[in-house]
Amino acid sequence: MTAISIRGVKKRYKKTFVVHGVDVEIEPGEFVVILGPSGCGKSTLLRMIAGLEEITEGEIAIDDRVVNELEPRERGCAMVFQNYALYPHMTVEKNIGYSLKVAGVPKVSRAERVMKVARIVGLEPYLDRRPGELSGGQRQRVAMARAMIREPKIFLFDEPFSNLDAKLRVAMRAEVRKLHRELGVTSVFVTHDQTEAMTLADRLIIMNSGRVEQVGKPTDVYNNPASRFVADFIGSPAMNLLEGEFDADGKFMHGQGGRLDVSSLNGYRTPGRKIVLGVRPEQIRRTDAGTAGAIPAIVDYVEELGANRLIHADANGSRLIALDTGTIEMPSGAPVHLSLGADALHVFSLEDGKRLNAH
Amino acid sequence: MIERSRTFDTVTYFVMAVGLIVVIAPFWVVLVAGSQSLQEVSRIPISLWPSNHLMENLSEAWRRADLGPKLLNSLIVAVGVTSGKIVLAALSAFAIVFFDFRGRMLSFWLIFITLMLPLEVRIVPTYSIAANALSPFQTILDTLGITGLVQSLTGIQIGLSWNLLNSYPGMILPLIATATGTFLYRQFFMTIPDELVEASKMDGSGPIRFFTDVLIPLSRTNMLALATIMFVYSWNQYLWPLLITTDRAHYGTAVMQLKALIPAQNGTPDWNVTMAGALIIMLPPLLVVAFMQRWFVRGLVSTDK
Amino acid sequence: MERRAYYRKNSLPWLLLAPQLLLVLIFFYWPTTQALYWAFTLEQPWGGGNSWAGVDNFLAVFADDRYWTTVLRSGFYAVVSTALSMAGALILALFADRALKGTGLIKGIFIWPYAIAAPAAGVAFRFMFSPEAGLIGAINKLWPGIWDPSTIGWHALLMVIVCHAWLGIGYNFVFFLAALQGIPRSLTEAGAMDGARPFRRMLDLQLPLIAPTTFFLFIINIISSFTDSFGLIDTMTEGGPIGATTVMVYKIYFDGFKGLDYSGAAAQSIVLMIIVIALTFIQFKWVERKIHYS
Repeated sequence: MTAISIRGVKKRYKKTFVVHGVDVEIEPGEFVVILGPSGCGKSTLLRMIAGLEEITEGEIAIDDRVVNELEPRERGCAMVFQNYALYPHMTVEKNIGYSLKVAGVPKVSRAERVMKVARIVGLEPYLDRRPGELSGGQRQRVAMARAMIREPKIFLFDEPFSNLDAKLRVAMRAEVRKLHRELGVTSVFVTHDQTEAMTLADRLIIMNSGRVEQVGKPTDVYNNPASRFVADFIGSPAMNLLEGEFDADGKFMHGQGGRLDVSSLNGYRTPGRKIVLGVRPEQIRRTDAGTAGAIPAIVDYVEELGANRLIHADANGSRLIALDTGTIEMPSGAPVHLSLGADALHVFSLEDGKRLNAH
Repeated sequence: MIERSRTFDTVTYFVMAVGLIVVIAPFWVVLVAGSQSLQEVSRIPISLWPSNHLMENLSEAWRRADLGPKLLNSLIVAVGVTSGKIVLAALSAFAIVFFDFRGRMLSFWLIFITLMLPLEVRIVPTYSIAANALSPFQTILDTLGITGLVQSLTGIQIGLSWNLLNSYPGMILPLIATATGTFLYRQFFMTIPDELVEASKMDGSGPIRFFTDVLIPLSRTNMLALATIMFVYSWNQYLWPLLITTDRAHYGTAVMQLKALIPAQNGTPDWNVTMAGALIIMLPPLLVVAFMQRWFVRGLVSTDK
Repeated sequence: MERRAYYRKNSLPWLLLAPQLLLVLIFFYWPTTQALYWAFTLEQPWGGGNSWAGVDNFLAVFADDRYWTTVLRSGFYAVVSTALSMAGALILALFADRALKGTGLIKGIFIWPYAIAAPAAGVAFRFMFSPEAGLIGAINKLWPGIWDPSTIGWHALLMVIVCHAWLGIGYNFVFFLAALQGIPRSLTEAGAMDGARPFRRMLDLQLPLIAPTTFFLFIINIISSFTDSFGLIDTMTEGGPIGATTVMVYKIYFDGFKGLDYSGAAAQSIVLMIIVIALTFIQFKWVERKIHYS
């Protein structure tokens, strides 16, 4: 049985498609994060699962039952909204219990269940307050409690932490993860924050302009980005991406006359072939002038991060960012030599951005 | 204000004081004249201090203008218009803002175009309909040939007729047939975040449930504002009730009686009674506005009309 | 107008709309359409046949010099009463916006005229301005006959206009004050940092920034001078002396309901409707622009 199965789903608003055909299977109990820049269709996809948007084409099945024509309440999903969407005129208790009231659950057992979830998310002291009297974090908890109380088959999260400050966001992340461990409910979580995505997900779905770019475990996606887009989007600071072509000797020409010896890329080095070469900042080392394969560069500026630093350098017109742990003074304009980790090179097609090499 | 300048503060107080006098003078004159005796009110120049004949003037005005039943009529009309408007406008704005259906824009424009022409401007045509409010339907049936058809089949002649002259519906319904309230609700409904609607969908409630459980409680302030505006509007109606009530004794409203209280050209100039009557008649809406000021100001500004 | 979250039902919205639409159709669209019909036909008052008259009714109305006098007078009435009322309300709002200690209650009182029925204000002002009574009329004791709205036309018109302006103060005040309070504090602060003193800020910052509201109120006031003037004129002057205070709505009422010239009144109604629609249209256009700016 699959918890959620999305088959050839498309979404059109008026005349433009915003989701171009998505196929994904989500297993029971999985925590899946849909990640992508704003406007990539991730929220639309989530809302189609919830039943808040009509599905233009394709089908969505929950527990192997096609739900295209079902109302949101019939799908067994609960949702946590970006702006919490709490009813401003109801107390916390009423907010949490509202879905039970609509479903006709008697008052006594309603109160009991509200108490239970309120205890889980630590809201007991606030049951009589209204949303307006709560802090952002507390509102967030109300929104979660409201979703939990229905004991849904699926949790849907639509960028739920985007209105919280950084510290609170980290705390809520941990809490969501813990809740998921305890309840084991299938969850789909939409965000544009890659750190949030990496830390929460069992599996990531990366979306870009209405299409799925890659599906996989966070580490796989990080280590083997399936496309130039994913490579650029995942990881902070972003992967260095150099456009260029191979010369007759099989050297990689980039920038203004820069040549790289990339013998580890045997098999791709057809002379004249245009590619995008990617390397993560942590795979670039500072090295001595004499080292074989060292790339001479000029320091542009250094970004101090505390534990380490980022060297922004210019290598023959190509910009490189290297993660460095050294402490030597590096003034702007100073020469520096960099070496690329040979087995950490990513090769993407210049035309469609697809990954060419496998690790 | 950021900086305090003593002279400018003085100017401010001075202007406010002058404004207060201008605004309050007519009220003061009504009160003062209404409390004086005939001799006092006829004095030239008149004393600007109240006297002690208020009660007798009030009761004389009450008697002369038959204010008991007239105030009751005014109240019936005002409450009818206000409550009718609050309910109908909420329903129609709900449909226009929260539903996607064919004819949504058409309905929107059908209702909102009525903002363009106040009742006073279309008084002649509206009056004509009052004799028979169902005449549009009769005409439609006639033109479609249904009247003739039914008559030839059953021998019954369809004659739809509902005379609104001298009736409460006649005084109330045309005042409800405007877009003011719908507009106010719409403005407010538009500010309800989409996510709130969606949350209630996820919670399993349908449109009616959402309307009663979420929208109505959230609209309370706007309802109070609308109620104030509509109460003042309908209590103060003059031209329309004047036309539609030929039977003044039974259906006349308080405001209509004001003219009857004015001293006749060559009669006793008992303005004291006139002013006492005016005082009674202007008081209800004034009290409503004074008490509801906070909500009403918010509502008035957002109706844009 | 665009929302993302809709309910998709087909009959329910019509059910919700039905009462309002029905009322609007019966009491707005049907009679307005009929007025058009009448304006182009000649009807015997209250029943009897009506014959096609084309634009004859309009020509008859336009050929009447008194009609044009009425139109001009209505225009004069509209502009002067609007200017008076708005200027007064604006000055009060500008100073009330400073929110000095003790002015809160006064602000509330400035709204009171809104609550008053036009005929009630009419009666009160008629007394205040009456040549026989002891207020304004008291100057007749010093200079006999210097003030007499019951015989001197422009006195009467002035009296009605002043009363109308007073009635509008409350409404205009509310809007002006709201507009002034809607000006972001940071702008006022920026003005202060630039060295503008309070009075300068009024002229250079506040007035230009509330221009949209001023325009909106201008149109609303002009329209209301056409519509709300009836109650005043009927209680104060009955259009007299010798028609000196007869404005368009009053003439329509008089011709149609007293003179029983239904077709003529219908034609006049059409003209008035066109004027009001044109004004409203301008205002809608302006409101649209206002939204684009912000």
